[in-house]
Amino acid sequence: MSDTVQEKETIGETNAPTRLTDPAPVDTSLPPPGAAGSAARSAILLATFTLVFTAVMALTFDATREPIKASVEARRLELIGQVLPGAEFDNALLEDVVQLPSLPALGIAGPVTLHRARRGSDPVALVFEAQAPDGYSGAIRMLIALRADGTLGGVRVVAHKETPGLGDYVDPAKDRATPKWIAQFAGRDTAQAGGWTVRKDGGDFAYMTGATISARAVVRAAGRAVAAIAPVRERLFALPIGADASGIFTPKVTPAAAGEPQT
Amino acid sequence: MNPAERIAYGDIGRKGLWENNTALVQLLGLCPLLAVSNTLVNAVSLSLATVLVMALASGAVAALRTLIPYEIRIPVFILIIAALVTCLDLAFNAWLHELYLVLGIFIPLIVTNCIVLARVEAFAAKNSPLAAAWDGAAMGVGLLWVLALLGGARELIGAGTLFSGIDMIIPGARALQLFGDEYHGLLIAILPPGAFILLGLLIAARNAWVARAAAAQRIGPQMPGETASA
Repeated sequence: MSDTVQEKETIGETNAPTRLTDPAPVDTSLPPPGAAGSAARSAILLATFTLVFTAVMALTFDATREPIKASVEARRLELIGQVLPGAEFDNALLEDVVQLPSLPALGIAGPVTLHRARRGSDPVALVFEAQAPDGYSGAIRMLIALRADGTLGGVRVVAHKETPGLGDYVDPAKDRATPKWIAQFAGRDTAQAGGWTVRKDGGDFAYMTGATISARAVVRAAGRAVAAIAPVRERLFALPIGADASGIFTPKVTPAAAGEPQT
Repeated sequence: MNPAERIAYGDIGRKGLWENNTALVQLLGLCPLLAVSNTLVNAVSLSLATVLVMALASGAVAALRTLIPYEIRIPVFILIIAALVTCLDLAFNAWLHELYLVLGIFIPLIVTNCIVLARVEAFAAKNSPLAAAWDGAAMGVGLLWVLALLGGARELIGAGTLFSGIDMIIPGARALQLFGDEYHGLLIAILPPGAFILLGLLIAARNAWVARAAAAQRIGPQMPGETASA
């Protein structure tokens, strides 16, 4: 059998030298003729395969980009509904936004979109994303609703890779306890600065034994984010739609603004 | 089609589902088995994704087998499998978004499931595309029924429910609460050790079954009379 393959090698040189194996079922296990030419051929073939399959992946990526975006947006609205009941506001939440700069307190690299919920002309709540960099298996992304009166509407985990069945209880979709762990955030007064960690560390938040890291990461990140946003919430509501909020967060201004809305 | 090359579909199917079962005999692909078999829905969803990848990867490799040089076959196989899994991952993200969020990292991890590469190398590289796709699907379904059994048992023992999370696939569908609200669940069944213990029991049951069947075959002709009296 190996003879036939050797022959094929020499015959095939003109046009299709790429066929190292015979189409017959068993021939894949045959040792190929080891030569420098065959190595070069292998390299070219491997590169070709890589190109072809990269193209397949690129096409799929392109075809799924819009549906993925739509899925993410639909889920975002649904999630916002969980931290802030839809009956409480009447404006177009996905349009009434301002752009936050990349803030260390939010833990997200790059600008963050902040949604502003209003009822008539009254401010109702700010909804924005934050990220905990120190989950058990990487970053945990969350959505926070901060009411205009300074209390928390709620927090929801948007994306995470926490261990299924262990740390993933921070995500209410997988939390089997009642009430849900994440419900602790709702109604908390953000004027109160301390206690933003799990009870094990002396904070106010319950956690599940054996999976403290996920809970701690979420609580601390929410605390940091709220501490940065709550003091300037009135100024954020006052910005025009689509405005860049960088001015509010320049280092010099933040400390001064911190005491301002507490009155 | 070449009649001399008749494909033994029944034989391939029987091997995949029972005789050479991925999870119970070959003990391959246990990474997703342990991680995602904590509920029935998760187990079946990931298995279905694996079945799809195995059938497509085996079919693709079999179709391209004459083009793939022997020395670089493994990188090419992995390339094909990885590309298919990436496409599937994107498709899940786009059209089964809720489920995608649950299965998370385990969809890309199908690439590293050695059973996929094992079937591609052992079967697809030497057979026609149709037979190879069938073999991949049969092996995948062999994994699926064991995973479904394991996932169902773990969910039932660990949480007292079945089909929790079904609403991610069929909106509005409800999970079955079988043992009532008072049942708090045996947590170990949900945790990784539960998967090992239950898988061990399943393997033991299969071995006992096979041993009995073999013994029955040895006795052979006497059997009908004996069973009738018993």
